[in-house]
Amino acid sequence: MPSTILARYAESIFWLARYMERAENLARIMDVNETFARDSRGAQNWMSVVHLYGDKEAFAEAYPDGDPRSAIEFYSIDRDNPNSIISAVTAARENARALRPLISTEMWSQINVLFNWLRSLQPHDVRGPYLSTFCQKVKEGCQLHTGITEGTFHRDQGYVFYELGKFMERADQTTRVLDIKYHLLLPNLGDVGSPLDVSQWNALLRSVAGYHAFRRSYPRGMTAADVAEFLLFNRGFPRSVTLCVRRAYEMLTILRSQYGLVRGSQTLERADDLMGRLLATQIDYVIGHGLHEFLDNLQLDLIDLTASIGHDFFYADYSVKETG
Amino acid sequence: MDAESISGDPWADYRHDPFWCEYQGHGRVPLDDLAELSRRIGNMSLGELRRRSGDAERELFNLGITFTVYSDNQAIDRILPFDVVPRVIRAREWEQLEAGVKQRVAALNHFLHDIYHDKKILKDGVVPTDLVLGNEYYQPAMEGVAVRHNAYVTICGTDLVRGGDGEFYVLEDNARTPSGVSYVVENRVMMARAFPELMAALPLRPVDDYGYRLRNVMNELASPDIDDPSVVLLSPGTYNSAYFEHIFLAREMGVPLVEGRDLVVEDDYVFMKTTAGLRRVDAIYRRIDDEFLDPLAFSPDSLLGVPGLFECFRKGNVAIANAVGTGVADDKAVYCYMPRIVKYYLDEEPILKNVETNICREPDSLKYTLDNLENLVVKPVGESGGYGIVIGPKASRGELDEVRAKIKADPANFISQPVVSLSVCPTLTDSGLQPRHVDLRPFAVTGESTWVLPGGLTRVALREGSMIVNSSQGGGSKDTWVLSGNA
Repeated sequence: MPSTILARYAESIFWLARYMERAENLARIMDVNETFARDSRGAQNWMSVVHLYGDKEAFAEAYPDGDPRSAIEFYSIDRDNPNSIISAVTAARENARALRPLISTEMWSQINVLFNWLRSLQPHDVRGPYLSTFCQKVKEGCQLHTGITEGTFHRDQGYVFYELGKFMERADQTTRVLDIKYHLLLPNLGDVGSPLDVSQWNALLRSVAGYHAFRRSYPRGMTAADVAEFLLFNRGFPRSVTLCVRRAYEMLTILRSQYGLVRGSQTLERADDLMGRLLATQIDYVIGHGLHEFLDNLQLDLIDLTASIGHDFFYADYSVKETG
Repeated sequence: MDAESISGDPWADYRHDPFWCEYQGHGRVPLDDLAELSRRIGNMSLGELRRRSGDAERELFNLGITFTVYSDNQAIDRILPFDVVPRVIRAREWEQLEAGVKQRVAALNHFLHDIYHDKKILKDGVVPTDLVLGNEYYQPAMEGVAVRHNAYVTICGTDLVRGGDGEFYVLEDNARTPSGVSYVVENRVMMARAFPELMAALPLRPVDDYGYRLRNVMNELASPDIDDPSVVLLSPGTYNSAYFEHIFLAREMGVPLVEGRDLVVEDDYVFMKTTAGLRRVDAIYRRIDDEFLDPLAFSPDSLLGVPGLFECFRKGNVAIANAVGTGVADDKAVYCYMPRIVKYYLDEEPILKNVETNICREPDSLKYTLDNLENLVVKPVGESGGYGIVIGPKASRGELDEVRAKIKADPANFISQPVVSLSVCPTLTDSGLQPRHVDLRPFAVTGESTWVLPGGLTRVALREGSMIVNSSQGGGSKDTWVLSGNA
């Protein structure tokens, strides 16, 4: 029975990829935010990340003193916060554990080492001057995972589910990276176009390793619309939402055509529809009707698509789960 | 630790009197077949042994070769402590052990077939009827159910100890879901990496084909009408303390590791949920206890099992290993009758002896046990993992009084045995090589015939003087080397 795999395995592979991608993006967002936080607005900017993930209440409950700097701990090594880096890696490890019969020992061992390192960290290991190094190490750990997976994962439909999860999560995370700037700007619309504004867009592009690629695509100047267009619609940038959705769509096509998973036809239609809308949308329209609202809707579309994937392939019901 | 002792001869302070030593017997020099290995160990300094031992344990942890313990609602992954000095079984010793284990497994399977069909052994009065039919592991639902090749106990783990006379004795049979075989294979891999020079050119019997053998037996158990049977390993899931072993076996067998929620029953056939829909399952190696297997047939509130699974098994539509209802054969009270069971079915003398056992349900044995409590080991019949064992000579007065009261309250729940002075094996400690007590669990796999993995799990009580080898009570493990005869 080489042509099919256990539904639960497919589900675990999908989420393994998502959680590792999520951990990497959390590290990227923390890194860029630290850059923002060093500017004139200082510590207050950490609250933008809290807003970004819709964690205002959970954060207030976990850290009643309300020190925005606690957000660093909250999103890095706080195991009680389901949206922290350590929680993402823990969830990835739990999925990898369920997949041990399928994945290489090297894949498992590396996640295990990353997890054990994260678990050993104390709050002072991620504060102040150490935050950037911490983020760097998390990113590298996630990239090492990606590389080992590329080099050792058996190329059957399991790998397709891995890619599917990776691109779904990356699309979602890119909408959030973009949104962080929206939250930062909201109180000070007057800053638009100022040197501060430009330096923030710069930092944001660098956080997704997109600065040079952006410069090549937009040699002259840098406006909010340019950066948003680049992150949303660019066809070559590996983290652009359109590219990620297109790759997810391709994976769904492969599942259908190469592996005969006809159960996925509804999901394929949804993905086709989402991609069609992305391709037909102009950045002027997005800015005109509100970037934040556009990103919000995009996140809802991606959640719906995930629910549909769960229903069609995993015997899963995500209608109540995964709202973050 | 000063520099001198780090560079010193590891054997310098090794004294094993009065126990039988796996390396030296009752003497002071290595047994013939162990001379070369002893010399090689002696050539390494203590510092070097410790360094490589530390590397090996770190690797086990990073590879996640761990069992899970739960304390304060936290799941903690622990490695089974690994001792680097191998336990060696000589070729002639192994021949006898292998024959003894095969004989024992054959008797267990005859016994199980009999008690679930004609019950001859009960009618002939060899084993008390109420001991079997009243046993909590006896499954009336298994009566009249055909089991292919009569391989009820497909996988058997026989716990053996070596006494002061150098003879092996059976301590108990594990006929339900014996665990530990993954350590047998992984410990060998670890030794080959950490100590290649200890093992070089020694005639060791390999242990790495266990998964392949088990897979073949699972194929033999599936219906013969099926060309390429679909086999799965059924696990309670990632939170089970032996989950690592389930993964290991699924990988070695090349079969999916499934949980109850992955399986469904339709029209008395078992299917697994795949991305492409439902796929038939022909044979299940289960690591779930009987009572959780099927909420319709057994414990109704089990969430781990598969509703309707037992009916599929009863009709021969799916093979399950070990078969349902084998627990009655490894009951500590039934154990006492094993010598008679072997003789009854096979008309042979038992090759492996039992430890002399007093069954407290019998008035004479109860009196003897209560009168000699301070010299006996008392074991509750229904516990595993070494829990509840009281070792008379080491117990305090209070502990003796406590167990005395328990025995009086429920005599049938207890057996007692004389203290067996478990053999020792040299073990790396903070003060060099020191004797530590060991046991041995060989694994036998039975389909059309029985095969015994040449080796087994050697557990070692790491605390000085302790004879309790269970991992939950401070035990570790060693690689077990069976030497081949033609070297």
